[in-house]
Amino acid sequence: MIGLTHYLVVAAILFALGVLGLIANRKNLIVMLMSVELILLAVNLNFVAFSAYLHDLVGQVFAMFVLTVAAGEAAIGLAILVIYFRGRGTIAVDDVNRMKG
Amino acid sequence: MNHASLMMVLPEEILTIGAIVLMLVAAWGGQGATKMISWVAVAVLLGAGIALAGPASSGGAAFDGMIRADAFGAFAKVLIYAATAIAILMAPRFFRQTTGDDLRPEYPVLLLLSACGMGMMVSAGDLLVLYVGLELQSLAAYVLASFMRRDARSAEAGLKYFVLGALASGILLYGISLVYGFSGTTLFSSIATAYAGPHSLGLTFGLVFVFAGLAFKISAVPFHMWTPDVYEGAPTPVTAFFASAPKVAAMGMAVRVAVEAMGPATDQWRQIVIFASLASIIFGAVAAIGQSNIKRLLAYSSINNVGFVLVGLAAGTQAGIAAVLFYLTVYVVMTLGSFLVVLQMRGEDGQPVETIASLSGMSRTRPGLALALAIFMFSLAGIPPLLGFNAKLAVFDAAVKAGLYPLAVAGFVASVIGAYYYLRVIKVMYFDEPVGEGFPKSGDVVEGGLIAAAAVFVSPVGWVLLAPLGIATMAAAKALF
Repeated sequence: MIGLTHYLVVAAILFALGVLGLIANRKNLIVMLMSVELILLAVNLNFVAFSAYLHDLVGQVFAMFVLTVAAGEAAIGLAILVIYFRGRGTIAVDDVNRMKG
Repeated sequence: MNHASLMMVLPEEILTIGAIVLMLVAAWGGQGATKMISWVAVAVLLGAGIALAGPASSGGAAFDGMIRADAFGAFAKVLIYAATAIAILMAPRFFRQTTGDDLRPEYPVLLLLSACGMGMMVSAGDLLVLYVGLELQSLAAYVLASFMRRDARSAEAGLKYFVLGALASGILLYGISLVYGFSGTTLFSSIATAYAGPHSLGLTFGLVFVFAGLAFKISAVPFHMWTPDVYEGAPTPVTAFFASAPKVAAMGMAVRVAVEAMGPATDQWRQIVIFASLASIIFGAVAAIGQSNIKRLLAYSSINNVGFVLVGLAAGTQAGIAAVLFYLTVYVVMTLGSFLVVLQMRGEDGQPVETIASLSGMSRTRPGLALALAIFMFSLAGIPPLLGFNAKLAVFDAAVKAGLYPLAVAGFVASVIGAYYYLRVIKVMYFDEPVGEGFPKSGDVVEGGLIAAAAVFVSPVGWVLLAPLGIATMAAAKALF
């Protein structure tokens, strides 16, 4: 029987993978955007699992809001990525170092 | 869903409708309409501020408690709207001189949307409203940071702000999902009930994640690493905005979550807040010493100041929250004043100059400007009789009254380290030989007037405002308890 705990563990693993993808990834900025999405989807899994477990609709409504915001966030992230690429001609993470200190 | 609730969110409605209409005007009018749109945006902010006098500041719970229309939110909103209006006013000349092109009309519209989001953050009574408000503010802020599209530093600042801001939202959201799951609700009042009883480890985990996300947004150590880069790279008017209004909003949101939703768990979050507070004060002071860029210096200064604000939150008492609001008021004025002075720093070619070394001898070339910056720096360092001293005194007083002696003593000692780098700026301005001709005069009446007003506010003349500010902050803090 798959219970609440299983969902929470999967969500926790996805969340950790997303955070690792943001911190450990040194290659590509697109991977970072994907990691952000992974984090938000892990949270959504949490919300929906809790919502089903508690028989409470708020969690599902929250998940809808998170999805909507995630779409806006991805749009803005890609837009910034495009103007960054236009200026620098690269999207490697190691090159994001114009400012240091 | 009734008429009374709609009246309580009148400021947000004014801002939303204003922003949408101005966006349409911008689409029709193009770059030529920027000046008019900027002034209308300031008028919209003023209108939202006036609307705060109605049910928006005294109505209580709107939409079944999802939004709190109380004095605390109203006080924070006054600060937010004022800081946003000043960020709009200081922008046009900067962009015209730096890029050689007029400011694009999206700038005031984005600031209006951001102000609307910040208003929702400080008056949220539910985790969902809090999240949506936070994202509305953040999404507008990411675009603003990368507003100078052709400038590599601005694009990089936007990118860094976006990635780390999205991570912060993710961490906060994960905490929210845990709090929701283990308390069964997203309403602050019901969450407080869940924390009051014996609660599971899940709720404690949720609390830790939520506070980590909040620490990111107020740029408290150890989640501060984005601040210096974003502050340096973003256009100066945007940096001034980041250092003022969103700081107030994030701090107001943190206070509301800590007191209203997690008040019964004060002993648990107090440890986190005390750690973040001391780490911010010490790191902000030490890391600022080696900086040569004035915007980076002010970024570390803002980290340092957030530490002091957190001292007031750590107290967790009504006096502590009042001290937080008082500190934020003084901090916003000092910071906006400092950035307005930074705006005046330009070379002969009209391009911005940002090195501290370029300030040398400014007391001779631009005595008025040097005096104003000296007042802001002395005040940020917390030297009496300037208002920055009273603000620090208020938070430490609250901490001592709450029995947090070690925190008060450590914070006090660390504030002495912080004085070093503020005083270095004054030394450069007053005791070093001038290089070149000094900065050319801008002749901008609005900016000059704002600098003078800010300098007078933090000078001893501002003491006359202490009594009314004390009453207002106490009334605002009382709304939370």
